[in-house]
Amino acid sequence: MEFINNIFVNIAGLCRAVFAWLVGLLHLPDVLVDIAMVAVYWLAIVVVCVLCALFYVVWERKLAGYIQRRPGPNRLGPNGWLQTIGDAIKLVMKEDIVPDGADKPIHLLAALLAFVPPMLALAAMPFGEGMTALDLDLGVVYIMAVTTLASLPVLCAGYASNNKYAMMGALRVVNQAISYEVPQALAILSVVLVAGTFNLNGIIDFQTGHVWLILLQPVAFVVYLISALAECNRAPFDLPEGESELTAGVFTEYSGMRYALFYLAEYCNMFVAAGLATTLFLGGFTGPFLPGWVWFLLKTFVIMSLFIWVRWTLPRIRADYVLRFCWKVLVPLMLVNLLVTGVIVYILV
Amino acid sequence: MSENGNAYSERYTLNLGPQHPSTHGVLRIVADFDGETCISADPVIGYLHRGMEKLLESRTYPQGLPYTDRLDYLAGVNNNLPLALAVEKLLGVEIPERASLLRMLTCEIMRLASYMVGIGIYIMDLGAVSGVFYPFQQREYALEVMSALCGARMTQGYIRFGGVQADWNDEAEAALDVLYKELPPFIEMYHKLIDENEIFLRRTKGVGVITAERAKSYALTGPNLRASGVDYDLRRDAPYCLYDRFTIKVPVQQAGDCHARYAQRMLEVEEILKLIKAIHAALKETEPGKIMGAVPKMLRPPAGEAYAQTENPKGIMGCLVASDGKGVNPLRVHFRRPSFDNIAIFSELMPGHKVADLIAIIASFDIVLGEIDG
Repeated sequence: MEFINNIFVNIAGLCRAVFAWLVGLLHLPDVLVDIAMVAVYWLAIVVVCVLCALFYVVWERKLAGYIQRRPGPNRLGPNGWLQTIGDAIKLVMKEDIVPDGADKPIHLLAALLAFVPPMLALAAMPFGEGMTALDLDLGVVYIMAVTTLASLPVLCAGYASNNKYAMMGALRVVNQAISYEVPQALAILSVVLVAGTFNLNGIIDFQTGHVWLILLQPVAFVVYLISALAECNRAPFDLPEGESELTAGVFTEYSGMRYALFYLAEYCNMFVAAGLATTLFLGGFTGPFLPGWVWFLLKTFVIMSLFIWVRWTLPRIRADYVLRFCWKVLVPLMLVNLLVTGVIVYILV
Repeated sequence: MSENGNAYSERYTLNLGPQHPSTHGVLRIVADFDGETCISADPVIGYLHRGMEKLLESRTYPQGLPYTDRLDYLAGVNNNLPLALAVEKLLGVEIPERASLLRMLTCEIMRLASYMVGIGIYIMDLGAVSGVFYPFQQREYALEVMSALCGARMTQGYIRFGGVQADWNDEAEAALDVLYKELPPFIEMYHKLIDENEIFLRRTKGVGVITAERAKSYALTGPNLRASGVDYDLRRDAPYCLYDRFTIKVPVQQAGDCHARYAQRMLEVEEILKLIKAIHAALKETEPGKIMGAVPKMLRPPAGEAYAQTENPKGIMGCLVASDGKGVNPLRVHFRRPSFDNIAIFSELMPGHKVADLIAIIASFDIVLGEIDG
């Protein structure tokens, strides 16, 4: 039990020992060990990104199938679980079309950058006991900052495509990302106020000592989830893609693997949002019986399934209502929530 | 300052379609926008033009009939009917009672199927993709009846000059029973899923409002007209076939917006089901077998012209047939295609709305491009 719980920590320890031994053997400076470890952490995060994208793409399609009374993908691999790999191979083999009038370097760069923000965010994500690549004291602020970057590649994509649908989508991304950043930050701030720390592991420790913060901050939890949907451009806030209005919005001019990169990055962004919700509100990786990292994956799975469920249930909101809802409902609500939380914390602590 | 009060913005022209997921085929709308707000919109048609009228004129009457299925391909039988009625008027043949009832029954079944597509696609175009699958299941039950009756699902060509192709059978009876069983719970469920949805209401209430005056002056017909508060339905007000035998309740909405057009179709679905049951009961009382009138082997109607119109799922479908009395081909065939007339109002209706509303308006009209382009 203890072994499984610490399996990844032990692997990391083993790697560090091997590197230290090599560095000692070759009489190299010690700082190389740290650099090598960064590479190991980075590799681990890439693997997490790829695996979660592979899994959640097919899970979304299956869940959508169940919601829509159809089987969903069920051909490739056991019960269709390898479908994403098949899709990825198909997309790689497709012709990579770049429109004539496109800003070619940015068009390419946007697809490449799409994976950067979620990977940066996962660096500070506590996956389990001692399983935080970057245990920052300002972890919450860091994750908020880098997840905001997620809209940048999408903006680049829309801008560089030289397509009116894409441009409209890009403008919607900016609108939405900037607006929903505010209620999201306020929701997270309420949590920080209660827990008294910006450190993600500290917030988890607080929840282990007291109760899950979802019980203390239910309104903040709901607002956080809504803002997270908007930040990830997920339905009902999928206006940048807005399939029935803007054909494919910002991704209209993307094809082949470039499109696939955006598609997969969307799931990584969602995974980050779900992971942050788990950490902030659902007690993070803590839980009885099972290893910590299993609990983390289970809790994120529940939140991700919720995101998917919402997507296949609700119609799309219109662009002006998206902003109105944010500034006239969510922001005042969260300000009141923050005020009440602040007063109560001040009285009690 | 621009029209919508933005500090600075540039007008641009957006070409919605013909390749666009939400223009129901190949409708093209050339619209000018200021930001997200539409300034002018101009529907451009003709991308699916197959020369339907000319095709009919260059073929004999029976050869031409199945082509009409391809006009409003979501309700094939309903398109056969006006042509058949017009030609029968020229020929002056008597239609057996059972054939008339079968025509009405199949028309109502296909009307139901067409409404199911209209409702489902409407919800899908608003962004709720799952909304399309539930009505399509019901449509499937309706198509099963047609399949059992005449062997074809969508473009049946079931109506013939003088009668119908096949008689009612047990298989169709069983398929219709399934429809009776499945449809009422579906209607109830769909009301629960959609009616109270805040996003749906926000997206549709007050969007694309057509007053009764405007609706009449633009010659809107069908559910789109009735959603604007004009109580007009050919089946009741100018009955053809044997519709005068049945009491037909016509629901009417007053709001005239996109939501009213959705609600109108949902209400009409219930009335269609009642009508199907009534026609079905009447059909059972007639004697099986007599489904064709006395029609000559070679159709050569006397010189003259005849016009017949029917209430189709999309509106009033009219058909004018002219014969010179000599040839086996019609001299001239012309269709009044309801979707074509309905979309004329788009250029007046769309300015002032957002991009998303444009899609909602198109979808709420439940247009079919096969019919528009002819």
